[in-house]
Amino acid sequence: MSTQAHPLSAGSPLSRLGWALADAWTVTLRDLNHWVLRPGAVIVGWFFPVMIVLMFGGLFGGAIDAPGGSGYFEFLMPGMFALTMLFGLESTMMAVTTDAAKGVTDRFRSLPMSSSAVVLGRCVADMLNSVVGLAVMIGAGLLLGWRWHGGIGAALAAVGLLLLLRFALLWAGIFIGLAASGPETVTAVQILVWPVGFLSNVFVDPATMSPWLGAIAAWNPLSVTASAVRELFGNPGYGGESWIAQNAALMSVAWPVLITAVFLPLSVRTFRKLKS
Amino acid sequence: MNEPESAITAQGVRKNYGGQAGGAGLNGFDLRVPAGSVCGLLGPNGAGKTTAVRILSTLLDMDAGRASVAGFDVRTQGRRVRERIGLVGQYAAVDEILTGRQNLVMFGRLNHLPVAAARRRADELLERFSLTEAAGRPAGGYSGGMRRRLDLAASLIVSPPVLFVDEPTTGLDPAARQEVWTAVRELVDAGTTVLLTTQYLEEADRLADRICMLGAGRVVAEGSPDELKSAIGGDRVDLVLSGPADVEAARPIAARLAAGEPLVEAPARRIGIPVAERTRALIQVATALNEAGIEPEDIVLRRPTLDEVFLHLTGEGAGEAHGREPGGGARASTATAPAGRVKTGASATAGSDNATEESV
Repeated sequence: MSTQAHPLSAGSPLSRLGWALADAWTVTLRDLNHWVLRPGAVIVGWFFPVMIVLMFGGLFGGAIDAPGGSGYFEFLMPGMFALTMLFGLESTMMAVTTDAAKGVTDRFRSLPMSSSAVVLGRCVADMLNSVVGLAVMIGAGLLLGWRWHGGIGAALAAVGLLLLLRFALLWAGIFIGLAASGPETVTAVQILVWPVGFLSNVFVDPATMSPWLGAIAAWNPLSVTASAVRELFGNPGYGGESWIAQNAALMSVAWPVLITAVFLPLSVRTFRKLKS
Repeated sequence: MNEPESAITAQGVRKNYGGQAGGAGLNGFDLRVPAGSVCGLLGPNGAGKTTAVRILSTLLDMDAGRASVAGFDVRTQGRRVRERIGLVGQYAAVDEILTGRQNLVMFGRLNHLPVAAARRRADELLERFSLTEAAGRPAGGYSGGMRRRLDLAASLIVSPPVLFVDEPTTGLDPAARQEVWTAVRELVDAGTTVLLTTQYLEEADRLADRICMLGAGRVVAEGSPDELKSAIGGDRVDLVLSGPADVEAARPIAARLAAGEPLVEAPARRIGIPVAERTRALIQVATALNEAGIEPEDIVLRRPTLDEVFLHLTGEGAGEAHGREPGGGARASTATAPAGRVKTGASATAGSDNATEESV
């Protein structure tokens, strides 16, 4: 951390980068302070997916034949990890919209700080939030009898894939949050998260859906990440002969890269367009 | 580089939102604010005040025109401009969850102060704006006046030479308004150049050295509060009489001494007499009344209020006001001002506050 005094706009590209990172960290710290000052909101966010797990595992689990015959939680947890990453999009979007509506974004924009730091700080804070949320979910899974059966390396790779999906969705959340005309848009997206989450292989086998719906569900980025993660954890999943079922690992990287490639530039462009 | 004598300049600035909701455009906006002065940008909602501030503070691009702040071009040298400005206003807020101190430390860090310096500066500013006691509480729980003071403090972290203050007292109660005015006046005394936007004429009258009146995206008049009042002429002697008989008796005296047409409001027992020479006219009126044996309840010499100046210059409300003629024949009676378009201040007393009164 730099402690020297500074001429603000002077400086080499390298010191500019240094300030951008320092500013991003300041913006991140702001969010971490929010956790301390308003623990309720963030804790609810972490435990909400646990409640969904209990609802589905406890209420529907008995009625659904899980693949592999090893219990519904063995099957459900990896999909729920992926769904947790999707829920993260909502909190990103909410935070971005709230800052814009309350004038905090404009305050940042009126300062001589690096403008990319506003977005970068949001990114770091939300990723940290998701790391904790994922840890809570893994802990809950272990308590409910879910286990991973591969090595620690494969487990870490699975966590990496999940966070990669979160990273991609983060940019979608920032873009929608910046582009949203008001709270109505945010509410609409919050509702849409649910059908997107269910139109996947998280809860049931897409093969049981009508063919076109099943195809959409199988290609859902959430499904490919869930499939790849099940494989890495050694949990049972729905196989199949389709290309997408055979190439889940590949697509679990390709989808997030594609989503990021679309929404990161869109987010930057929308942030700049706040000026016009 | 030479110290610029104008802290803020704008030439022919245009901004067209193209029918897009949420902004009033600018249509050839010109402004020049000398360093160390306070310019009041005055106008009703939709005149473009906030748009002007957002352009000058680099938050918004202009379609055409030129503007500079503290010697730097707002379009091409945005970061240098941002290093030299503070922005206080409805649209640049503090974080409501963080405490007052955390907010100031964060903004200090984002102004690239080292951690220790940011903390020290935060404590100084909290002290200066009487927020030390509330420093550890979330800003969302502050009263309106405290919030605005925290806003001001957040804008002053690096003692900017130019401060934009956008409608600082909108929605505040009179006591909180006083607090904010005191804070702004202290800054001005310390040499900061301030561009203040307001829809309260009283506020501009109290704080600003010069006033620019904005109507439909351009400056329609400019000058000191006194100059603007003189510009429409119209010193007036106002009489309040004790009964209808006195009103009738005073009517010919008013007609004889008036520089224009006197305004007689018989039910209110008032007569407004436009006069040319201030004190001389007052003495003439008083003497004539005395000779006629009329003892008025009140006799007042006053300048037109800024409300009247504004309405006169923009032509707003000219058709809807009863019993007044253009040229300042109106009293400050709030009943004739189109409510909602031009606010005359917090209370009914505002009207008499901003008139320059000399009672006899």
